[in-house]
Amino acid sequence: MAISKTVEGPEAGCAGVQSGMTLMLGGFGLCGIPECSIAELVKLGAKDLTCISNNAGVDDFGLGLLLQKRQIRKMISSYVGENDEFERQMLSGELEVDLIPQGSLAERCRAGGAGIPAFFTPAGYGTEVAEGKEVREFDGKPHILESALTADFAFVKAWKGDSAGNLVFKATARNFNPMMAMAGKITVAEVEELVPLGALDPNEIHLPGIFVQRIFQGTEYEKRIEQRTVQTRETA
Amino acid sequence: MKQHKENPMLDKNGIAKRIAQEVRDGWYVNLGIGIPTLVANFIPAGMEVEFQSENGILGMGPFPLEGDEDADLINAGKQTITAMPGAVYFDSATSFAMIRGRHVQLTVLGAMEVAQNGDIANWKIPGKMVKGMGGAMDLVASAENIIVAMMHTNRAGASKLLPSCSLPLTGVGCVKRVVTNLAVMDIKDGAFHLVERAPGVTVEDIAAATAGKLVIPENVPEMNIG
Repeated sequence: MAISKTVEGPEAGCAGVQSGMTLMLGGFGLCGIPECSIAELVKLGAKDLTCISNNAGVDDFGLGLLLQKRQIRKMISSYVGENDEFERQMLSGELEVDLIPQGSLAERCRAGGAGIPAFFTPAGYGTEVAEGKEVREFDGKPHILESALTADFAFVKAWKGDSAGNLVFKATARNFNPMMAMAGKITVAEVEELVPLGALDPNEIHLPGIFVQRIFQGTEYEKRIEQRTVQTRETA
Repeated sequence: MKQHKENPMLDKNGIAKRIAQEVRDGWYVNLGIGIPTLVANFIPAGMEVEFQSENGILGMGPFPLEGDEDADLINAGKQTITAMPGAVYFDSATSFAMIRGRHVQLTVLGAMEVAQNGDIANWKIPGKMVKGMGGAMDLVASAENIIVAMMHTNRAGASKLLPSCSLPLTGVGCVKRVVTNLAVMDIKDGAFHLVERAPGVTVEDIAAATAGKLVIPENVPEMNIG
């Protein structure tokens, strides 16, 4: 019989998060971010967090909410524009920032979940990203050694999921969520739709439930759009 | 170079149009933010090309019609987009496997500086807020075919084509071709090789705006961008 991971809601999902922990949070920009878990983390008030996330949200949404409350000590990201409070904290030295090439960030999470402690990549060779890292040539091309990332908690967001933790993502909201789910010691998945066991076609599950420890049905998703770009119906 | 700043020989769409001519049938193409994004608008109808956006889509389509935008469907610039028939979504690790594994045939991106040895700088200006490199370092480290789309000079009128980059690097020795508002240039053997001139631009204009070593062949044709 399938192992049930279902918990009541974000409160039970985030139980055990403490100050000083390392968290991974899925999403690209504001697309596919664990909105309900972030709101709960703000309520919990844990501080000195290290947050691994591709971006840092905007001033009043996403990880920007945790930044407002000064709960983050260190951000590990690939791109952190669009956030004034982030900039202020970074320039004043309150916030430590580690910028990582996006593909290396994704692979470091994947490696962390896959039991691979480190790998060589060409990305960043000859740049300041390579400083202090081992360089080795393969097929005559230099590569740098990048280490795996793991987290005390990983918070991910999916479109659908079942009580076994199996997840299906929607469109580009998948992004970093699957790898971060793999790399969390405790992975908390929030879903727009928690479906009955057996309702998901095993052929079409994107992330096997073995990587998920807790799952809950999220509510009131805002799904904010960062750059609304459209064609007017007249010109199209 | 003041005249070019006020009245550029090619505008951003002109640069995009010229780069579109580099795209071949059957290619997967990654377009960066800014001028590169415009390249998609000038691909000939019927050409089989798929656009990859590194946040996790192959088969990216145009911006949605008003009211059809979907918060779950964006490009790497966080703009709302659509998906073409045959499109596919994937996670970020798979996306960069496509890029690092050289399954994407062409990368087009912008730059602040390009050096005559193919180095590129496009992510950081010391003393200013650093936003991060995003996927640019992975893209330039792996793509076999990298075209830089940019203005020939910066806002202060200084050349962006240099003997060596002064800004922190994004990648080393990786740029193969540069298309600017003035010219098409190839990078090889430690120099910019002039390939084409923008309409109405002289070889002297280009030489004056290029700080790096410029090799000028006997015949430099004008771009044909219709």
